Amino acid sequence: MATSETAVSGVGPLAEQEHEGTYAGGLWSWLTTVDHKRIGILYFVTGFLFLLIAGVEGELIRLQLARPENRLLDPEFYNQLFTMHGTTMVFFAGMPLIVAAFNIVVPLQIGARDVAFPRLNAFSYWVFLFAGVFLYASFFFGGAPDGGWFAYTPLTSKQYSPGTGIDFYVLALLLGGIGTIAGGVNFLVTIINMRAPGVRLMRMPLFTWMTFVTSVLILLAFPPLTVGLAFMLFDRMFDTVFFNAAAGGDPLLWQHLFWVFGHPEVYILILPAFGIVSDVIPTFSKKPLFGYPVVVFSGVLIAFLGFGVWVHHMFATGLGPIVNAVFGGATMLIAIPTGVKIFNWIATMWGGSLRFHPAMLFAVGLVATFVVGGISGVMHSSPPADLQQTDTYFVVAHFHYVLIGGTVFGLFSGFYYWFSKVTGRLLHEGLGKWHFWLTFLALNVTFFPMHFSGLLGQPRRTFTYAEGLGLETYNLISTIGALLFVVAFVPLIANLLYAWRRGGPAGPNPWDASTLEWTMSSPPPHYNFAVIPEVEARDPLWVRYDRETAPGEDVGARPLLQPEVPPKPVHMPSPSFWPLVLSVGLLIATIGFLTGLVVNLIGVGVTLIGLYGWAFEPAD
Amino acid sequence: MNDRKALVLTLVLGAAALQACGGDYPQSALHPQSDFATRLDELFRGIFWWAVGVFVVVEGILIATLFRYREKRRQERPKPIHGHTGLEIGWTLVPALILVAIAIPTVRTIFVVDRPPPEADLTVEVIGKQWWWEFQIPELDIVTANEVHVPVGRTVEFRVRSADVLHSFWVPRLGGKRDLVPGRENMLWFTADTAGVFWGQCAEYCGTSHALMSFRIIAAQEADFESWVARMQEPAVAPQEQMARLGAGVFMSNACVGCHRIEGTPAQGIVGPDLTHVGSRTTIAAGVLENTPENLARWIKTPQEIKPGNYMPYVALTDEQVDQLVAYLLSLK
Amino acid sequence: MEMPTSTGIPNRKLAMWTFIGSECMLFGSLIATYLIYKGRSLVGPYPDELLNIPFITVTTFVLLMSSLMMVLALSAVQRGDRRMTKVWLFMTPLLGLVFLAGQYIEFSHFVHEGLGLSRNLFSSTFFVLTGTHGAHVAGGVLWLGTLWGLAMTGRLSEKNTVSVEIAGLYWHFVDVVWIVLFTIIYLLQ
Ligand code: HEA
Ligand code: HEA
Ligand code: HEC
Ligand code: CUA
Ligand SMILES: [Cu+2]
Repeated sequence: MATSETAVSGVGPLAEQEHEGTYAGGLWSWLTTVDHKRIGILYFVTGFLFLLIAGVEGELIRLQLARPENRLLDPEFYNQLFTMHGTTMVFFAGMPLIVAAFNIVVPLQIGARDVAFPRLNAFSYWVFLFAGVFLYASFFFGGAPDGGWFAYTPLTSKQYSPGTGIDFYVLALLLGGIGTIAGGVNFLVTIINMRAPGVRLMRMPLFTWMTFVTSVLILLAFPPLTVGLAFMLFDRMFDTVFFNAAAGGDPLLWQHLFWVFGHPEVYILILPAFGIVSDVIPTFSKKPLFGYPVVVFSGVLIAFLGFGVWVHHMFATGLGPIVNAVFGGATMLIAIPTGVKIFNWIATMWGGSLRFHPAMLFAVGLVATFVVGGISGVMHSSPPADLQQTDTYFVVAHFHYVLIGGTVFGLFSGFYYWFSKVTGRLLHEGLGKWHFWLTFLALNVTFFPMHFSGLLGQPRRTFTYAEGLGLETYNLISTIGALLFVVAFVPLIANLLYAWRRGGPAGPNPWDASTLEWTMSSPPPHYNFAVIPEVEARDPLWVRYDRETAPGEDVGARPLLQPEVPPKPVHMPSPSFWPLVLSVGLLIATIGFLTGLVVNLIGVGVTLIGLYGWAFEPAD
Repeated sequence: MNDRKALVLTLVLGAAALQACGGDYPQSALHPQSDFATRLDELFRGIFWWAVGVFVVVEGILIATLFRYREKRRQERPKPIHGHTGLEIGWTLVPALILVAIAIPTVRTIFVVDRPPPEADLTVEVIGKQWWWEFQIPELDIVTANEVHVPVGRTVEFRVRSADVLHSFWVPRLGGKRDLVPGRENMLWFTADTAGVFWGQCAEYCGTSHALMSFRIIAAQEADFESWVARMQEPAVAPQEQMARLGAGVFMSNACVGCHRIEGTPAQGIVGPDLTHVGSRTTIAAGVLENTPENLARWIKTPQEIKPGNYMPYVALTDEQVDQLVAYLLSLK
Repeated sequence: MEMPTSTGIPNRKLAMWTFIGSECMLFGSLIATYLIYKGRSLVGPYPDELLNIPFITVTTFVLLMSSLMMVLALSAVQRGDRRMTKVWLFMTPLLGLVFLAGQYIEFSHFVHEGLGLSRNLFSSTFFVLTGTHGAHVAGGVLWLGTLWGLAMTGRLSEKNTVSVEIAGLYWHFVDVVWIVLFTIIYLLQ
């Protein structure tokens, strides 16, 4: 499995791999860590827990809809469930799992020892964690938000939602947004500035490229959301009239602000998955990525176009024929660069030698299922056709195909790909295959019928549907499919247990992959690179395949193999608890909006202490 | 392969959905019965076949590649190929052309359906309220709720407004959705092809009982429509039977009178639906219950159970009073 | 002090630039809202009854001058001129404070005239837009004040040029935003 040529001599038994003194153990070390790999693990574990929670919410939704006029859940609770399901999946499961991959992989792929701002990185994580916990606290304080994940006004105004649920939603997203923007800055600077010599832009692995593009999207898309949320908060708490039609305000303004963010947001969720797949497919095809520059620029183009299509979520709001025509056309354009990616992936596999490792299965699964979701997206993009589809289960089908068949499949692919790098252990391939096929089946059984239930007249966000609409069978099938998802998780959990108890050592490069993260031991030492590598090609570890080499000579690969012990002492940033203090301060300040000004002020005080402690912490 | 399974599923389910007659799917967008809905449907069908084509071709190539190039024993390392300009241009252009083929009919249709009707024979004002619909036809002096009749073969324009939060007016077999946005007036129109009862439902999430905010559009032949109009223009008929007369008394002496209007009586409330002709409706509580004596009684006794969160409170009445009320309400034809 | 980087631009400076990019979208959204709602208030007081252009011109000038002080402070740091560093780093946030005081006077005058935050569309958009800007100024004052404190205690030398430079980037950005706001709110009524 591990190819002998690339293996660094003598990666010892697992126990020996932990270089002495590299990591302190214990809870405190995790609370103060600034190491990108550990922060990545924290993001992964937290994001995965939120995925399970939101998944259970999805299961409850499906159980309620199994039969018409079912009385399992009452409407208030149902409305909280789909709001929390959508909000959690997008902000507290999808994005953190993506950021986990950024953290773990990007510095390794560009030959860096950490991100540009390690403490800021820790700060981003804590803020995200606190925002998530804060959001879920709503269940215990008067009920969770129930305005849907895009919280349209005026339903979410104080007048129509007098409880605190919506406040929790607004504040959690505002708080989480701070951490997200900080992360965007951090990764953008890391990729621009921290590349090892020779890692030119056009040599960066596709996952790093898509992280770059995604960071730009985050920086430009989150501010409009922040502004919209601030307006909503002010309308609710200080009686401003931003969305108040009675005072001349326009409820549609919120929709514009939300979707100016929201559409780029869905590309924030998909582009990293595309990046993962673009790294995985070449590895398991034993062939370099077909059309590298085209795949890069199509990603950039998707991101760019993504800012000009938001009105496709508002085709039924009556903005007039010209607006609808322009935005419909712009939306269709996105199919072109996306298709280009699909075709380049297929061309990469064409003529290759395909090994169906679970990582590869999920990558191929993404290609197969994302196309279905993409095509239904194109059906939405025709405004008149969308007049029948919008706000029905047809949309629900569309976005679960792209979110699960795209984002989640991409993330699972990355999980099987990089798990061994992070832990040093191999997963069981057979269990991984079971996981894939069950998930694939569950996805199609759950969400394919929704195309029909939608077109046959089932609106979304309805806690029940009438008998006699002809929707019974479709909904029952969907519910069965949803239960299959739970079954599909069993092999995954089993696999984690397997890796923990018996997973064999992975070695530095178990899949004979081509990029820099496979040049050091697994797990990587604290400092990643004992020697900062010098890179001279796009697929540095495959250079030897491209060249005529004398027998026994190992051109190109040798300088990249990391020595086990750094020749010179490596200086790494020291742990810090100021990021934690700062984020606790922000959390307290946030809670203050619900409890009173005093708490706000305490929070601001703690925040300032955190800021100054941070700024004056002796640099290492 | 599971890809194929999905394909087979598509075709089987698709066929099932398209074969079944519209009667089984009273709220289906796939069974249009008006000029407007037919336009949307034709556009959708065109796009649908393009989509099927793209799906079949892409999945076909994908599956073929997976089979043909799966790893074989003792295989040489594949030749590294870094790209091909001709191919890149090709798979940029072909989708672009398909999109043009989709965009042209799309734009054509937009400029029909997003504009006012060529000429409207009748204008219906629709006011969405949490969680029921008020219909007004000012030119005929008609005010009613949750159910409105329209003449077959004549163009009806709907002006939609909201009294509180966002709603969306949707009768799939007759027209697409149009959102009701506070502070704005939106418009939708169609000409029904055949007589029938068409189900509609609110399609924009509007709070607790969003799922229970339905309505009916009843397309009727000219003569039937005229007689409906004539009936609707009358004030409420005075109750004849003993039970109904008692019921009227109960109504006028309880909270009901403050919320509902019954034309020609002291009841002039505006919080709830107009009940002047409630007896002639096919459903009550915005399409949730069939209009039968049992259901009416249930509604009056337990409005919150039937429709959680709605703005009609429980009014303490004896069973006898409820029966009288039911008799009265049903007499209001 | 700064690590060598791929582009030669110090990380912190690049970070400030990217952050400013993000801030542009923030103010862009706020400004767009202001413009959309312009002239749509249903009840008074209306902007033309309240806005005091001469007064704001003065505070605008003060803020511009503080930008000038910032330039001087940076060049003093670069030269290693500790005395003038202290002076200019004192003046910059001081002028910022004067600007904030002007904003305070303006706000209280408006409230006194019956234009509370929730009065109409103008007040909501105006207060939130200029208030967000004011909060940015306040943050800058705190930051520059801290740098001044460092200078006073002798802990700011030419080795810290980058620290002053990025504070300056931020400060100039906040100034430029004000010029835009001044134009849109006061000049283009
Ligand atoms: C991962 C997230 C993701 C992604 C990638 C996409 C991708 C796309 N989406 Fe989707 N979308 C969502 C997530 C996503 N969407 C979500 C969450 C919602 C609902 C929000 C809510 O209301 O809650 C939504 C809703 C949504 C709507 C609004 C529907 C409505 O509410 O009425 C529309 C309308 O145009 C749309 C369109 C598209 C299009 C055209 C693409 C394109 O990018 C797809 C392009 C890809 C392909 C087309 C396939 C590959 C291409 C080829 C093989 C080439 C050949 C193809 C052709 C010529 C057709 N999406
Ligand atoms: C990444 C995004 C994502 C993902 C992965 C999912 C996953 C799922 N979604 Fe979700 N969904 C959304 C994003 C997502 N959804 C969004 C944005 C909305 C819109 C919300 C709105 O309208 O506001 C939505 C809405 C939505 C609806 C529509 C609700 C409505 O309109 O009324 C439905 C209905 O079926 C649904 C179902 C499901 C199901 C069954 C899954 C399944 O895939 C879930 C799979 C199950 C699990 C992941 C958990 C299984 C595991 C266990 C049970 C483990 C047991 C525990 C331990 C071992 C500890 N979703
Ligand atoms: C506080 C106001 C209020 C009072 C009091 C009230 N109603 Fe209602 N009523 C409503 C509202 C609001 C609805 C619409 C509910 C919905 O569908 O969401 C309604 C609906 C109805 C309907 C169904 C109408 C239709 O066509 O769907 C009937 C019948 C009715 N009420 C009868 C009564 C009777 C009888 C009483 C007295 C016992 C009464 N109401 C008291 C507010 C009120
Ligand atoms: Cu009205 Cu949903
Ligand atoms: Cu979108």
